[in-house]
Amino acid sequence: MEPILAPKSIDLIALAPVLVLSVFAMGVLVLDLWAGKNKTLIMFVSLVGLLMTAISAFAKNPIPAFAFTDSYIVDHLSIFFTCIFTLSSAMAILLSSDYNEREEIKVGEYYALILLCTVGMIVLASSTDMIMIFLGIEIVSICLYVLAGFKRDDPVSNEAALKYFLLGAFATGFLLYGMTLVYGSTGSTNLFKIAEFVKTQGAQSNPLLLMGIVLLIIGLGFKVAAVPFHMWAPDVYQGSPTPVTAFMSVGPKAAAFAAFFRVFAETIPEMAPAWEMLLCSVAVLSMFVGNLGAIMQTNIKRMLAFSSISHAGYLLIAVIAKSSLAGSGLLFYMLTYTFTTFGAFGIIILLGRKGQENLEIENYSGLAYKHPILAISMTVFLLSLGGLPPFAGFVAKFYLFSAAMEEGFVALVIIAVLNSAISFYYYLKVVVFMYMKEPAGEFQISLAPMTLFVIIIGIIGTIDLGIFPDSIIALTNIP
Amino acid sequence: MFEGTVPLAHYLTLSAVLFVIGIAGVLVRRNVIVVFMSIEIMLNAVNISLIAFDHYLNLSNGQIFSFMVMCVAAAEVSVGLAIIIALHRNKPTVNLDEFNLLKW
Repeated sequence: MEPILAPKSIDLIALAPVLVLSVFAMGVLVLDLWAGKNKTLIMFVSLVGLLMTAISAFAKNPIPAFAFTDSYIVDHLSIFFTCIFTLSSAMAILLSSDYNEREEIKVGEYYALILLCTVGMIVLASSTDMIMIFLGIEIVSICLYVLAGFKRDDPVSNEAALKYFLLGAFATGFLLYGMTLVYGSTGSTNLFKIAEFVKTQGAQSNPLLLMGIVLLIIGLGFKVAAVPFHMWAPDVYQGSPTPVTAFMSVGPKAAAFAAFFRVFAETIPEMAPAWEMLLCSVAVLSMFVGNLGAIMQTNIKRMLAFSSISHAGYLLIAVIAKSSLAGSGLLFYMLTYTFTTFGAFGIIILLGRKGQENLEIENYSGLAYKHPILAISMTVFLLSLGGLPPFAGFVAKFYLFSAAMEEGFVALVIIAVLNSAISFYYYLKVVVFMYMKEPAGEFQISLAPMTLFVIIIGIIGTIDLGIFPDSIIALTNIP
Repeated sequence: MFEGTVPLAHYLTLSAVLFVIGIAGVLVRRNVIVVFMSIEIMLNAVNISLIAFDHYLNLSNGQIFSFMVMCVAAAEVSVGLAIIIALHRNKPTVNLDEFNLLKW
């Protein structure tokens, strides 16, 4: 047996974002002992921590750099993803501050958990070893199980946490078994070594490896909520506290897609004939089930859950297309998705109040008469999610789909475009309620400043990325 | 080094059988705690095949991996039981079918 050697040099600079954020997360936990009931200070420290993390992501030069015997990579993809994660977590924390006050969630661990979850996402997006991918996924998931059930006295939130936990742990079993079989058939957990093995040994027809890949698709497919592994998403999205729903529909999903892209598009593209058809069917199913399911929903959080399932379908196209252009498309799509999703959830939070969250689409009737600016913002977010120019969602879809066209996946792109058209039905349904129905009752909206701030960032991001996408697209280009 | 007379395939079969038993437990049983135990069986089935691969293919990564799996499983247990207790306070039952506030 080969001896287990300690890594020769432990590159802490490469690990800087993870270390900085972990220190801040634990600092927040300790600080919480003295902070008392007012969590403003904790929130501020968390935001500073996220900012420092985003800055320290650029500490390693030159890229790509490797650390811990090639199991951790700092490259373009991981740095850009780190920025998306910190942005989304910062927006989630801003959304939470007002919401938690309203719902009387006066626990500082909430912020620490969001930070730790972000640590997991960064690990996940930067890992090039299956052990690290597994660890990253579990750090993210365990934090999210707790966050989903954070309203301890609310049976709905409890139930969401339980369902998420049981199905998440179940999916982890599949993911692990898949990793084990891939490990057993290639002899390494390192993605580079697996890639080399597949290239040189021509392991395309090794049944153990194929089985492992199928199980990997199940495990990762669960984490991104792709059909047929999506059953948890609507329930968990509906039951979780709204800022947590926004958080889990962006960051963890982006992280899981980073792992998806690294494993399938970068490590085993040679085996594409084996997994391409499978992923294609998962993508197509996700789009149809997501969009058709969303049409039938009356609860807006459930509707956005189904919409996020369909977005997982679109994003899988990037993995299937495999090219570096598709990778850039994935990055840009995730960035625009961050802005629009957090904006939309910000408005959902504003419309609720203690004890009555107003989550039915009917509650939006006549919003345009009372609060025209909020109604316009919501319209912008929903149309951007649907992919209407000139908003960011259109550019993101266009970019992603054209990358897939270049690789020759015409049928897949046609199905995706068709599905975008279907999606307008339910996005516009909300708009119709807001503009064309009489108000059912009084809106009691207290314009919470932090939530408004997030909505404004969302609007700026959505419109700016839609009209002037060039500079960001240049940044997403993977050299 | 000691070379066992039991071939690798036997270990893999054992692991696969345990894994399937775990899946069946999750899908069939309605008691939250039992479902939870079945998930642990799945994770341990994975550990068996990791260690078996290591032994027969002269590798070492799998042992580290199996330690990680155990660590994570322990963390998962603590969170999972905490969730079940929080749930139990609001609704004194451990039957999965009775958690139906959200449509499955």
